[in-house]
Amino acid sequence: MLVRDLIEKHGFIKISGSDQEREILNVYSCDLLSWVMAKGKHDTAWITVQTHSNILAVASLLDFSCIIIPEGISVEKETVNKADEQDVVLLTTPLEAYEIFKILYEEGVK
Amino acid sequence: MNTYEKDQKNVALKLHYDIANDDFSRAGEASSKIKKMLKQLAIDANIVRRVAIATYEAEINLVIHSNGGNIEVFIKSDCIEIYVEDCGPGIENIDLAMTKGFSTATNVAREMGFGAGMGLPNMEKMSDAFIIESELGAGTNIKMIVRYET
Ligand SMILES: Nc1ncnc2c1ncn2[C@@H]1O[C@H](COP(=O)(O)OP(=O)(O)OP(=O)(O)O)[C@@H](O)[C@H]1O
Ligand SMILES: [Mg+2]
Repeated sequence: MLVRDLIEKHGFIKISGSDQEREILNVYSCDLLSWVMAKGKHDTAWITVQTHSNILAVASLLDFSCIIIPEGISVEKETVNKADEQDVVLLTTPLEAYEIFKILYEEGVK
Repeated sequence: MNTYEKDQKNVALKLHYDIANDDFSRAGEASSKIKKMLKQLAIDANIVRRVAIATYEAEINLVIHSNGGNIEVFIKSDCIEIYVEDCGPGIENIDLAMTKGFSTATNVAREMGFGAGMGLPNMEKMSDAFIIESELGAGTNIKMIVRYET
């Protein structure tokens, strides 16, 4: 599936970045950054409740497709601005991680 | 090759980044620049990824644990060498520091998702050769080699 599908079909809100055509091949959820660094694969949709700007370095160093901030958590302006500068796609949704996993699974991320 | 020593021979390109301590807002900038440079040089994606992870963890450790330091990257024809040096406080027990899960990160750092105690193990895992030397009160030196062919 594409990042675009999360936005258009599932109502995720894009708050930064531009590349909606990025494919999502993997999904991962963890809030410990060096754990993510060890396990994260390329083209991953990464679900995390961390919202400070260090998540951007993790996502871009690992070539993630997007970062998903769940449960309606708001993201600092500083992070959004930096994400735009670095062209990292940040998505927000009111859904919990489990609901997000279900959507991705049903869209073929397996 | 068991002691920390900079190998200045046959360096095609040298990168140097100074890392300030406690500057969370800039943490990750140096490793992002290193990654960008390696991509421009058309270095294999898997090598770029390993260097990116190793330099990121080194950079974050300089920010959260050290009094400041620097990262140097030597790009060579057969490998990439990464040198990380700081000016203290040093590591008391290196074996303990290298243990997965061991961390002395502050609560503030932990709330930000640091402090899993995985950084040094990640760095070692990404490298074909890994040397760490540390002296309390003096500082820590780390050398990592990532070879193009293994
Ligand atoms: N440059 C350094 N100077 C002094 N101590 C260090 C340095 N780097 C690491 N340490 C010590 O080694 C411990 C383990 O480091 P490691 O990178 O594995 O984990 P962490 O930084 O605590 O957590 P994580 O990297 O998972 O966010 C640190 O908690 C710290 O006590
Ligand atoms: Mg660390």
